[in-house]
Amino acid sequence: MSGFIAALLWVSLLVFVGFTGAKIRQYWKTPAPLKIPTTPAPVTQTGVVFRMAREVVLFESLFKSNKWIWVFGWMFHLGLLLAFFRHLRYVVSPENFMWPVISNVIVQSFGQYAGFAMVIGLLGLLARRFLVERIRYISSPSDYLMLVMLIVIGVSGLMMSFVTHIDVVQLKMFVMGLFGFDFQSLPESIALIVHLLLVVVLMLIFPFSKLLHAPGVFFSPTRNQVDNPREKRHLAPWAAEKYNDHVDK
Amino acid sequence: MADFETPEIKEFIGIPALQEGSMAHSSPFIAKENHQEALGYPGELVENWQQVALDKMDDLRTRYRSFQVFLDSCVKCGACTDKCHYFLGTSDPKNMPVARQDLLRKVYRRYFTFAGKYFPKLVGAEDLTEEVLDDWYSYFHQCSQCRRCSVFCPYGIDTAEISMAAREIMDVVGKGQKYCNEIIGKVFTIGNNLGLPGKALANVLEGLEEDVEDDTGVAVKFPLDVKGADILLVTPSADFFAEPHIDGLIGYAKVFHETGASWTLSTTASEAGNFGMFIGSYENMRRVSMRIRDAAKELGVKRIIFGECGHAWRIAYSFLNTLCGPFDFLDQRYPIPQHILEYTWGELEKGSLRINKEENDHMTLTFHDSCNVARGSRMGDYPGGQFDYPRNVIKAVCNNYVDMDPKTTKEATFCCGGGGGLLTDDLMEIRVKGVLPRATALKSVVENEGVTHMAAICAICKSQFTKTLPYYGFTMDQIVSVHQLVSEALVMKGSEQEADLDGTDSDDTEE
Repeated sequence: MSGFIAALLWVSLLVFVGFTGAKIRQYWKTPAPLKIPTTPAPVTQTGVVFRMAREVVLFESLFKSNKWIWVFGWMFHLGLLLAFFRHLRYVVSPENFMWPVISNVIVQSFGQYAGFAMVIGLLGLLARRFLVERIRYISSPSDYLMLVMLIVIGVSGLMMSFVTHIDVVQLKMFVMGLFGFDFQSLPESIALIVHLLLVVVLMLIFPFSKLLHAPGVFFSPTRNQVDNPREKRHLAPWAAEKYNDHVDK
Repeated sequence: MADFETPEIKEFIGIPALQEGSMAHSSPFIAKENHQEALGYPGELVENWQQVALDKMDDLRTRYRSFQVFLDSCVKCGACTDKCHYFLGTSDPKNMPVARQDLLRKVYRRYFTFAGKYFPKLVGAEDLTEEVLDDWYSYFHQCSQCRRCSVFCPYGIDTAEISMAAREIMDVVGKGQKYCNEIIGKVFTIGNNLGLPGKALANVLEGLEEDVEDDTGVAVKFPLDVKGADILLVTPSADFFAEPHIDGLIGYAKVFHETGASWTLSTTASEAGNFGMFIGSYENMRRVSMRIRDAAKELGVKRIIFGECGHAWRIAYSFLNTLCGPFDFLDQRYPIPQHILEYTWGELEKGSLRINKEENDHMTLTFHDSCNVARGSRMGDYPGGQFDYPRNVIKAVCNNYVDMDPKTTKEATFCCGGGGGLLTDDLMEIRVKGVLPRATALKSVVENEGVTHMAAICAICKSQFTKTLPYYGFTMDQIVSVHQLVSEALVMKGSEQEADLDGTDSDDTEE
């Protein structure tokens, strides 16, 4: 079982990195032929960095839009981020310079409870999907399933922290072994197996699903363009080739 | 004429319960063969239309980052679902931005994504069938591309981009919209959307010169095709004949006259509007824009100024430099292009215009931010200038001004309901229903703040409001042009108004 899961983790990680990388490459390479920032928009590149930061860190537009979705969505994502950092203790050794931060600040304090924020946020989003007629109308089976999957990942994780503790030392050996190709066995735990298998699924579907919103937001022309069309001529390569014959060479 | 029910106007803009398919019957007239072919599109639905449509979709996603990123990124969070004026006015769930996008996204998923190819039911992917094409035709012509949804989307997904792409796909398979495509054809052959020929235009302008002289005693000129003028004014052709647009045109002319500007209109560029954007066609949008560059070169002007028009200003401000720049032959000391409000506000700030605000005292004004100006352009040199310039000008010429509910102004402004190529009689129902949110906000300030008139800076807004607001108990003449207000209050040197003021009221004034 441990070997099987180790193999799955490796395969799914490669799929995740490879195909998400390909998507990012595609977004990067595809030109934006026209200036379409949603105005008012920053007039400098620095301003755009701040706008994007507010969007990614605070979910600014969502906040303007709908406070319930914002509360639940932001709780979930913040919880996810903290939980992710908490998991770094399995891959970072105590000699690493980040260890004090990960160990003391995140693992021992609020990081431990981040899982609750995550799950509460997800339950809120799921409830909205069922209860709000408009959102129910736009939901596909995958939209519900993805939330359910994330909830089970969160709950199984919380189980191991708060209900049936697992041997974290052994787990750390497994993870370190995974990266050193020296495969160790996993601690015995149903919750752990469920947790890991669903993480495998998550990584596998990431590049092929709406989870692409994570890299996508950075490439959104309405958010990442500088509002300076009068000052600086913006021209896509295909447009320059096809439609620039009026310009005196 | 109406065979539909006008929605009830309430105190507040509420979110309606869904009524599936309630607007499925709404479709504009289909373009005829000659309208299509003038733009380089097939005259009727081509035989292998599915393949042609999918090829076009594939082509667009390699050329437009917006299209590819927006198709992938939506998580169906629902933030946009209550933001579209057409949804709020019709209750049809396919008028929710995300659902509108999904009409196209489900086809993208089916043919271009792993999940949609192998698990279509799971991810809501669907084949491109004739029903889907009909749905596209119906609902992508119930989007005015106003970008309100893009303000509220956590990823900035702009339904306008999707709806433009959908319309371009429909054009290349031979299912274009008559209204837009016929008009673009007219621009190419005659020079403006209305098909107003040069001679008729000259007559209109002559008539206006007489009117203004009768009114003020000042010989204000409306020059046409004057070589060597400093400024080329490009304005929507509705300014030449429609009410209240024409009063705005008189305002521009008076401001130019009073500031001693040398300016001209052009017969070949007698249209600021550019419906090429509405149909999502870079090529047609560029071809329409090139008339302006050519006219500017031919007349040898130093500056280009645009009149009051929403989508035209978006294209002028955001795209003109891209489509037919660089404008190195113009005077670089001025913004290229410049909005008439930037010009007028600049002059007001300098103090070169004498204003008698009392001329507008019989009105209490509010202002409708045009969607394309608010969310797709700028005025001045700082973000949000597009909100201040019109308000500054109105407040400089009127004593009574009140803003509408902030949830309906500035970046959150509601579209008038007639933008994006929907300003046609065959779409009257969606237009009347689409104006509901704006009508509701207007009603509130009329009843609570004593507002009597609403000023606008867009030819489409003005036409749409004068036609549809009467369905909700307003009158046509409650809509005014911003430069109409300037025109009323402006006291030109040597005018009868000046004589009146200085003659009878001389002891009241400071001068």
